[in-house]
Amino acid sequence: MQLFGRLSQEQIVFGLALLLCIAFSIALPGFLSTNNVLNLVRSVSILGILGVAMGLVVIGRGIDLSLVALMAVSVAWTMNLITAGMPLPQALAIGLAFSLLVGAVNGWLIAYAEVPAIFATLAMGTLIYGFGRYFLFALDVAYLPEAAKPLLWLGQGRLFGVPVPIFVFAAVCVAGYLFLRYAKSGRYLRAVGDNILAARITGVPARPVIILQYVLSSLIGFMAGIVTAASVASMNTRLALSTYVYDVILVVVLGGIGLSGGKGGVRNVIVGTLLIGVLLNGMTIMDIQYTVQNVIKGVLLLTAIVIDTIVNPRDEQTAQQGDI
Amino acid sequence: MTLSDRIVRWRYRYVPDHLLGEILTKRWVDNAIPLLILLAVVAVFGSLIPGFFSAISISNLLRQWGEFGLIVLALTVVVVAGGIDLSVGSIFALGNIVALALLNVAGWPVAAVIVATLACGAAVGLVNGLLVGYLRLRAFLTTLVTLIIVRAIVDMLLLKYSVAIAAAFPDTEIWYYFGEGFVFGVPFSVVVTIALAIAMHLVLSRTRAGWHVLAVGGSRRSSHNVGIPVRRVICATYVVSGTLAALAGVLFASRLGAAGADIGIGLEIAALTAAVLGGNSLGGGRGSAAKAVIGSVTVMIMVNSLVRLGVTSGANSLLLGMVLLAAVMIDVRWLKNRQKFLSKVYVSPTFADLPPAPGTDGSSPYALNDRLEPVGAIGLDRIDGPEDVILDENDNIYVGNRTGDIVRFLAPDYEKQEVFAHVGGRPLGMAFARDGALLVCIGGMGLYRVGRDREISKLTDETNRSWFSVIDDSRLRLADDLDIAPDGRVFFSEATIRYEMHEWPVDCLESRGNGRIICYDPNTGSTHTVLKNLVFPNGICMTHDGQSFLFAETWACRISRYWFDGPKKGTVEPVISDLPGYPDNINRASDGSYWLALVGIRTPSLDLALKMPGFRRRMARRVAPDEWLYPNINTGCVLRFDESGLIIETLWDKSGDNHPMITSMREHRGHLYIGGILNNRVGRLKLEGADPDWTGPASYWSKA
Repeated sequence: MQLFGRLSQEQIVFGLALLLCIAFSIALPGFLSTNNVLNLVRSVSILGILGVAMGLVVIGRGIDLSLVALMAVSVAWTMNLITAGMPLPQALAIGLAFSLLVGAVNGWLIAYAEVPAIFATLAMGTLIYGFGRYFLFALDVAYLPEAAKPLLWLGQGRLFGVPVPIFVFAAVCVAGYLFLRYAKSGRYLRAVGDNILAARITGVPARPVIILQYVLSSLIGFMAGIVTAASVASMNTRLALSTYVYDVILVVVLGGIGLSGGKGGVRNVIVGTLLIGVLLNGMTIMDIQYTVQNVIKGVLLLTAIVIDTIVNPRDEQTAQQGDI
Repeated sequence: MTLSDRIVRWRYRYVPDHLLGEILTKRWVDNAIPLLILLAVVAVFGSLIPGFFSAISISNLLRQWGEFGLIVLALTVVVVAGGIDLSVGSIFALGNIVALALLNVAGWPVAAVIVATLACGAAVGLVNGLLVGYLRLRAFLTTLVTLIIVRAIVDMLLLKYSVAIAAAFPDTEIWYYFGEGFVFGVPFSVVVTIALAIAMHLVLSRTRAGWHVLAVGGSRRSSHNVGIPVRRVICATYVVSGTLAALAGVLFASRLGAAGADIGIGLEIAALTAAVLGGNSLGGGRGSAAKAVIGSVTVMIMVNSLVRLGVTSGANSLLLGMVLLAAVMIDVRWLKNRQKFLSKVYVSPTFADLPPAPGTDGSSPYALNDRLEPVGAIGLDRIDGPEDVILDENDNIYVGNRTGDIVRFLAPDYEKQEVFAHVGGRPLGMAFARDGALLVCIGGMGLYRVGRDREISKLTDETNRSWFSVIDDSRLRLADDLDIAPDGRVFFSEATIRYEMHEWPVDCLESRGNGRIICYDPNTGSTHTVLKNLVFPNGICMTHDGQSFLFAETWACRISRYWFDGPKKGTVEPVISDLPGYPDNINRASDGSYWLALVGIRTPSLDLALKMPGFRRRMARRVAPDEWLYPNINTGCVLRFDESGLIIETLWDKSGDNHPMITSMREHRGHLYIGGILNNRVGRLKLEGADPDWTGPASYWSKA
C-alpha cells in the first residue's frame, strides 16, 4: 500500500504498459519489430486524438458521449457534400461548423439548461445519429470521393517514414498541453472541473467555459473523424451506434484523469492510449475473438472505474443533483 | 361603485385564479403532465394512422408493451432510488437467449428455465448492485460497462447456440402461452406487467421497504443518518431491476422464439426516455409505477407508430433523442423551479371593497383617548404572545404562550406563574366548558381540551371535506377562536384554509373568503362546517340569548351575527359593517354588551390596494415578502358595543407604550384583562362602574 500511495495511477498504468510490452515481445514473435510498433501507435492514434477531446471534457467535470456519433455524422456529411460536387474547403467548413454548433448546443444544455452532462450527451448522440440518417445521408457508409484525395495523405501518408496520423496525434497532444498549461481559459477549465461553485465565486465565467469544453471536444472530434475517413477512405456511420466511445472513456479513465474532474492532463491520455494500444495489438496478434476482446475491455474499464472511485472518491460537497 | 370597479370585481369573482396555485401544490400534477403528453401522442398518431384504434392493432401494441413496460418498471425502481441502470437492454437480450438455449438446446422443463433465467438476470443485477451500492461507483458508467460486457457475452452465446436454437421447436403448451396466450382477452404478458406494476406501486407507497427506496433516492445522506441501510437498499434495487429485465426477456423469447444479434440494442435509451417522460426524476426520490406505465405507453406508441408510418430508421432515434433531451430538461427545470413558481402564483388576491373607515377624532364613537394609560402589566417579559386571556372562577389567569404552553398566573397577585399544560402548538382562542375544562384552539393542530386535571385530549382536527375544493380542506390549518353554546356544542373559527399559521398576514393580501366556522358537537363527536367563505373569521362570542353568536371577520372589518337555533336559525345578520380597524376576539361584558379587540387600524393605502387585486398580485410576484404591503397590526384598541351594533365606548393607548397591541380582552370582577399576539405581557385595567362580582364562567354556566 505504501508503494501504491507513492505511485500515481499514471505511473502504475505506464508500468503496466511496459510490463505488457515486455511480456508480449518475449511471448509474441514480431511484436517488437519497428513495423509493428509503428502500426500499433498508428492504430491507436485516432483513439488517442479522441482521448484528448474526451480528456478535456472530463477534466472540466463533464463527459461527452456524443463525441463519436458527432464525429461520424459530421464527417460522413462532409464526404457526401464533396461527392455531390461541393469544393473541398467549403465542404470541410460546413462539416466543421455543424460539428461546432452541435458541440455548442451540448454545452448550452449542460451549462444553462443544467441537464446532467451524461444525459445531455447520451441523448444528443442518439439524436445526431437519427438526424444524420433522416436528413443528411441514406447509406450507412460514406466513401471518400475523388475530389477529396488530398485528404488521404492525412490518414495514409508518411512523413520521415512515420505514418502521418501519429503526427496528428502528437500535434493535438501538444496543443492540448499548451492550452491546459498556458491559456487562461485552459486554467479556467481546470478550475471549473475542480469545484464549479468555488470557480464561479472567484469570478470564472463558469458557463461559457463549459460551452468551450464541448466546442473544443467537437472540434478535435471532427479532426479525428477526418483522419479516420482518410485512413480507411470511408466513414462508417454505424460507428455512432457502436461501443467505440466507451473505448475512448477507457483511455481517459485508465490514464488517470479522474471522472470527478479537475485532475490529470494530456500525459494521462498518452499513457492510457499506450496501454490500450499494446493490449489491443497483443490480443489481435494472439487472434482472440472479437467478442472476447470486448469482454476483456469491459472488465478492464470496470476495474479502471473501481480504482478511480477508490483513488478519487466523489466530492459530496460539490456533487450535483442527477450527477449519477 | 364605479363601473371599472364593478368589472374588476366580476373578473376576480368569476375567474378562479387561486386554483392554479392550489393545483400546483398537488402531488398528482407530476402525473398530469405526462398523462396530457400521452393523450396528445394518442391523438396525433391516432389521426395519422388509419386503423390505429382497431382491435388487432391495439392487441399487437399491448403485447409489445408488456415486455417494454417491464423494462421501464425495472429502470424505474433503480431511478427512484437515485441510480440508473443502462444494462436493462443487455439483460433483456441475455434473458432471451438464456431462456431459449436452456429450453431448446438443453431441454430443461419450463419452470426450471424461467427460474434459471430470472436468476441469471438477478446475478447481473447483483454485480451492478455490489459495484454501485457497496463500492459506490458511478451508476451511469458502471451499468454502461456491464451493458457492454453482457452484450459481448450475449454475442458469444449467439455464436455458439443460435443455429441450435433456430433448429429446435419445443413442444410445450405452457411456454407458448406466455408469449401468445390471453387472459380474459388480454395478452398474458400485459397481465404480468400490470400485476407487477400494481405490486410495485403497493410496495413503493405502502411498505417499509418501498419507503426506504424512496428515502434513499431523496437523500442518501439523510437516509444514512436515520439508519436506513443505504448500500443494501441500492444493491437490492439493481437486483430487482435485473430480475424484471430478465423476465421481459423470457416473455420475448416465448413470443418470438428467435435469437438475433440486434435484440435489445438501444432499448436502454427508449426505456430511459419512457421513465423520464413519465415523470420519474433522475436523481431519485420522485417516481412511481404509474409514471413508469404512462411513460412506457407513450414511448411505445411513438416508436411503434413511426415504424407503421414507414419513416426511415433514423427518425426513430432522432425522435427518441429529442424527447429524452426535452424530458430531462423539463424535469430538471421543473424540480428546480417548482417551489419558486408556486410561491409566485400561490398568492392570488381578489377584489375587496371596504366601506369608508369612520374617523377617530372629535365626536366619533371611536375618538382617540388615553384610557388604556393606567393599564398594569402582569408577567412582563415572562410570556411571549398571549393571543387570548381567560380567567377561571378562582381568578387565575390562563394565557397561551408562543412556546406551545398554556401558562397560568396564580391569583391573587399574579406574581407566580406555572405551565398549566404543554400542548405543543400555538394556543389561540380559549373558553371554559360547563365542567370547568379549558377548550383551546391550537393553530395548526385543531381543537383541544385541557381538563381540570391537566389532561390534554384532542376534540377534533378535521371537518367534512368540501366537494369541489382543490386543496384538502378537511384538515384544520388555523383554528382561531371558539365559544361554547349552552348545549355544549363548540363553534370555532378557522381563519384560513390556504395558509399556515405563520403566514396568516398573507391571507389579507388575498382578502378572499378563505375562512369558515366549524361546529364540533361533543354529544355525537362529529364535526361539520357551518359557515364557509368568510374573510378571515376570528373572534366568536355567544350572545346572551343562547341561540346565536357574534363573529368577527378580520380583513372585512365587520361583525356579524349567526343564529344556530331558534326561529331565525341559519341566518346571518350584519351587526357592525364599517369598523375603523381589524376586529379580533369578541367577549362578553358584565352589562350584557360585548368587548371587541381591534388588532390593527385600517390604512388608506391598504384600503385602496384591496380594490386593486392586480396591484397586489404584481406585488406578491415581484417584491420580496418582507417588502409587501401588510395590514397594520401594531396599534389597536378595545371597544364595547351592544347587539344592535352601537359603539358604547372605546379604549385607546395614545402614548403607544402601555398596551397598544391587542388581540383579546376579558372582563373579570371589575377588571379588564388584555392580551396581544405580539405582546410580552398581560394587561390589567380597573373598570369604573363595572359589576365587581361578574365573571365569565358564571355568565355562561351558572344560570343553567
